[in-house]
Amino acid sequence: MYFLETKDVVKQYANHRALDKVSIQVPEGKIFGLLGPNGAGKTTLIRIINQITAPDSGEVIFKGRHYLPDDIYNIGYLPEERGLYKKMKVGEQAIYLARLKGLSTDEAKKRIKVWFKKLEIESWWNKKLEELSKGMQQKVQFVTTVIHDPELLIFDEPFSGFDPVNTEMLKNEILELKAKGKTIIFSTHNMASVEEICDDIALINKSKVVLSGNVSEVRSQYKTNIFDVRIAAPELSVNPEIYTLKEEVQNHNGSKLFKIEKVNEQITNSELLSALLGSNEIISFEEEIPSMNEIFIKTVSNE
Amino acid sequence: MSKIGIVIQREYTSRVRKKSFLLLTFLMPVMFVALIFVPLYLSSIKDNTVKNIVIYDETGKYFSVFKDTDNYHFIEGGNQVDVSSEIKNNESYATLVITNDLIQNSSAVTLFSTTQVTMEDKNVIIRQLNEFLSEEKLNSFNIPNLKEIIEDSKISVNLQTIKWDESGKETISSSEVATVIGMVFTIIIYMFIFVYGAMVMQGVLEEKTNRIVEVMVSSVKPFQFMMGKIIGIGLVGLTQFFLWVTLIVAIVFVASISLATTQIDAEMIMSTTAAVQDLSTVTTPELSKVQEIFGMVSSINFPELVFYFIVFFIGGYMIYASLFAAIGSMVNAQEDTQQFMLPITLLILFSLYAGMYSVQNPNGPLAFWTSIIPLSSPIVMMVRLPFGIPIWEKLLSVGLLFATVFLMVKLSAKIYRTGILMYGKKPNLKEIWKWLRY
Repeated sequence: MYFLETKDVVKQYANHRALDKVSIQVPEGKIFGLLGPNGAGKTTLIRIINQITAPDSGEVIFKGRHYLPDDIYNIGYLPEERGLYKKMKVGEQAIYLARLKGLSTDEAKKRIKVWFKKLEIESWWNKKLEELSKGMQQKVQFVTTVIHDPELLIFDEPFSGFDPVNTEMLKNEILELKAKGKTIIFSTHNMASVEEICDDIALINKSKVVLSGNVSEVRSQYKTNIFDVRIAAPELSVNPEIYTLKEEVQNHNGSKLFKIEKVNEQITNSELLSALLGSNEIISFEEEIPSMNEIFIKTVSNE
Repeated sequence: MSKIGIVIQREYTSRVRKKSFLLLTFLMPVMFVALIFVPLYLSSIKDNTVKNIVIYDETGKYFSVFKDTDNYHFIEGGNQVDVSSEIKNNESYATLVITNDLIQNSSAVTLFSTTQVTMEDKNVIIRQLNEFLSEEKLNSFNIPNLKEIIEDSKISVNLQTIKWDESGKETISSSEVATVIGMVFTIIIYMFIFVYGAMVMQGVLEEKTNRIVEVMVSSVKPFQFMMGKIIGIGLVGLTQFFLWVTLIVAIVFVASISLATTQIDAEMIMSTTAAVQDLSTVTTPELSKVQEIFGMVSSINFPELVFYFIVFFIGGYMIYASLFAAIGSMVNAQEDTQQFMLPITLLILFSLYAGMYSVQNPNGPLAFWTSIIPLSSPIVMMVRLPFGIPIWEKLLSVGLLFATVFLMVKLSAKIYRTGILMYGKKPNLKEIWKWLRY
């Protein structure tokens, strides 16, 4: 059973279809990456999951049953654009939002203090939101998203506006939330962060899911059967039944790097390695697995 | 606390604590009083300069007519005017030349000056001459005691208006006082509906453009959020009204005490309070002006008026604020509000003008119908109340008003619920109609 599923969700705007039979499956306690180029329909899908808009057809299934209006109280949503009062003081604002999520004033204050301390923003308690930079505002928004301890968290571009130090800090917070058993949906353009923290992904392009599944499985789907081999000799001996030489790459301190290609999928990596070992003095051996970034660009530009 | 309560609390406290609110609330009555009294005070300051006016009188009859005043000093110049020397004479402000008998030729008098003379200068000269000439004319008729006869014939009627109710109780009424009080209340209610209604729209628009609602929908229902805002801001308006009433009562109290101690002796105060307490006995012509005004003002039932003000403010505000909230939710930017604001602004302005015309005939058909129809009744009714109207009209008006409030809030909530989460192009009427029927 998935924590949240969408089944054939369609959303039609006047003259363009924002989502075309989109189905995603978000497992419980995992980080789910929602990827896609600008305008692909990610935010529309997130808005449907947040009950901001309703789908024209298809349905959302929450914990294996029909999605109910009250389920929304179990979701924390961090929108891409800031959703806070500019003129309100940071502390007051956080307490207000936490109280609306059902916390008492004292409880809200206690939890906010803990979070503010963790994110190193406790000194801003009495500052107006508009006095803070974009990244600082994002931290406040993050606290208000997680304050009521919801089971499902939805982060839309959480890293935008953050410097590397704060990106790292937020990444750790997200991983910590996962460790506590929260389910997280996470929309981003930042492919490096997808590899680091996502368990599963769905890639949406032109209103359709074009790629989905476990991150390592997806990556291995895109394997090119190319390996980087560094040896201590100037020449690589080739076994054409098992592998072929693609390219000589570089010469460095007497060792040489070659790209080789397996002749077919059936050959395992150990077979390949033992074939290599027989006739070459190997320094390093590594399979080229495409990065999410490459997969993203390849998939999107192929469409 | 319920969620709607939390929203009300935020909307209320965030506005009441603003410096601009406190400043406006405490400065408005002061500014209002200042607006009336500062010009009065300034005009009462005496000008100390004395203007010299040289008089050349060819007839020789009129110099003695001119009496020096605080600001004017008249100098005899002689029979013949020497223009060239007079122009060089810096001492004199102006030169008055009389060339003929003024009874025969009333335009035989001219005032020369190097600077433009003021109305006041002219009036002083004309008044002094007129007084003398009319006396001279009267004397020429040779009727004994004519002056006394004329004095005696000047009679001014002092018409008192007294209103009696069915039990025969009489109160001194004044249409002037009722008019003024009605107008003041109408303008206040108009202002409040407009200012606080627009504040609701601003707030809704801010929450929409800053994407605050997107975060809010996972905590509160759109209806709770909208009502919390409307009620919170309405309470700000009522707070301001109560502060103003308190301030004005305090100012009037202080002013009347200082007036009483400086100008009216103890006996007068006693008779004034007696007059206020039992107006029906006070019909004697020697009633002082102060007592009369006191009587007329106290003939207005202020507690009733304030009560109805609150009732009509709540009703009118709720109707317009929910409309304004719906507008704020439909558009994406401040500029787009214009098109939707216009019809509502016209409606409110129409009500204000209907109210102003109703003052002249508070029981006429215009006044009657506009004070019953819910969209204009809160504003127009405030004009009519000080004149006293039958209870069934008040009840009908209030009943219809609150039925409309219920309907408007329901419709607006439907538009709000959809509009607030809708981005992109402005909705057309067809789409709004669709939202209403969800």
